[in-house]
Amino acid sequence: MPLHVTINGEGRQFDGPLSIAALLEQLHVEPLRVAVERNRALVRRRDFAATTVADGDTLEIVTLVGGG
Amino acid sequence: MMSAEPLKIGSFEITSRLFVGTGKYATYELMREALAAAACQVVTVAVRRERMVDKTGRNILDFLDPAKYILLPNTAGCFNAEDAIRTAQLGRELLEGLGNAGASWVKLEVLGDRKTLLPDPVGTLEALKTLVADGFCVLCYTSDDPVMARRLKEAGAASVMPAGSPIGSGQGVLNPSNIRIILETLKEGDPNYPIIVDAGVGTPSDVTIAMELGADGVLLNTGIAGAADPVTMAHAMRLAVESGLLGRRAGRIPRKLYATASSPLAGVIGK
Repeated sequence: MPLHVTINGEGRQFDGPLSIAALLEQLHVEPLRVAVERNRALVRRRDFAATTVADGDTLEIVTLVGGG
Repeated sequence: MMSAEPLKIGSFEITSRLFVGTGKYATYELMREALAAAACQVVTVAVRRERMVDKTGRNILDFLDPAKYILLPNTAGCFNAEDAIRTAQLGRELLEGLGNAGASWVKLEVLGDRKTLLPDPVGTLEALKTLVADGFCVLCYTSDDPVMARRLKEAGAASVMPAGSPIGSGQGVLNPSNIRIILETLKEGDPNYPIIVDAGVGTPSDVTIAMELGADGVLLNTGIAGAADPVTMAHAMRLAVESGLLGRRAGRIPRKLYATASSPLAGVIGK
C-alpha cells in the first residue's frame, strides 16, 4: 500500500503500513534527536512505535540547531 | 569571583548570569570553545526541520554536553502565536528525550517584522498565556516597552526579557530609561523577579551597562559569535557581566555637575 506523505514540506512516498518509528529508521534519523508532529499535532516519543502514518499525512521532523 | 547567590527563574537556579546563544558560529568546535570561555550555564538553541541529508552527519548535540549546560529552546523565527506554541512543544519533547532540565522552559519569541525582528506584542501575549497554561516556564522576549513588560509579567512570564536594541544589531542598550522603568515596575514588591536583557548587545560595555542598570542577566549570541575572535569576546562578556553586577551591588557615586577633589586641598606646598 503506497503512502504519500509530506515530510518537512517535501512530498515522499513509502510502502505502508508504516509506524513513525519505522519511518525514522528508514530515514536514518536517530529518534532521540528529533521531535515529530503529525498533521500539526505533536507525537510523543513513547508513541512513535504505536503511531501509524496514514496516506496524505503531513509530518514535521525537527531537531535542535544553533540559535539565540 | 561571582556572587554566590544564584539567579532564580521559576524552579531553575542559575549560577552564571550570562546566557549565550549557539547560532552563527563558523564551526561547532569554535562554538564549544566560546561557550567554555563564557563560563555560561544556560545556552539557547533553536528548533528546526531535520535536514535528513546532512553531508557531515554532525548534530549540534555532539558539541553541547546536556549534562553540563541547561539548554533553553527558543521559538525564534515564529511570526504567529500558533507556530511559537508548536515550536515550544517540539522543543520540550526534544529536551525531554535528552533528559535535559531545559525541557520545562522556553524562550518565547513571536516576531512581528522581518526587517527589525521586533516582537509582535499581541502574538507574544497570546502564546505566553497558552504556554503558561500548558505548564511551561516562559522566558519572554519583548521590546523595551514598560507597559508590555508589565502585561507579560501579569500573564505569568517567569522572566521578562526586554531587548536592548534589535536582535543582532549590536547597538547596545538604546533606551536605558525604559529598562530602568521596567526594572523598577516589575521588581516593585517583588525584588527577585528576574529581568534579563536579551538582544542587541554588541560589546562588553553594553553588557556591563545592562547589569549596572539592575538587570539580573544578559542573553546574547551575535556579539560573541560574530566577533573576529569569538573565544576572546566570550571571555570579555563573562567579565563584563560580573563587572556590571558587582558595580551595581557596590553602589555607584552620584553624578555631579562639578568636580570634587580626591586629594586634600589643605597642605599644598607654596602657599
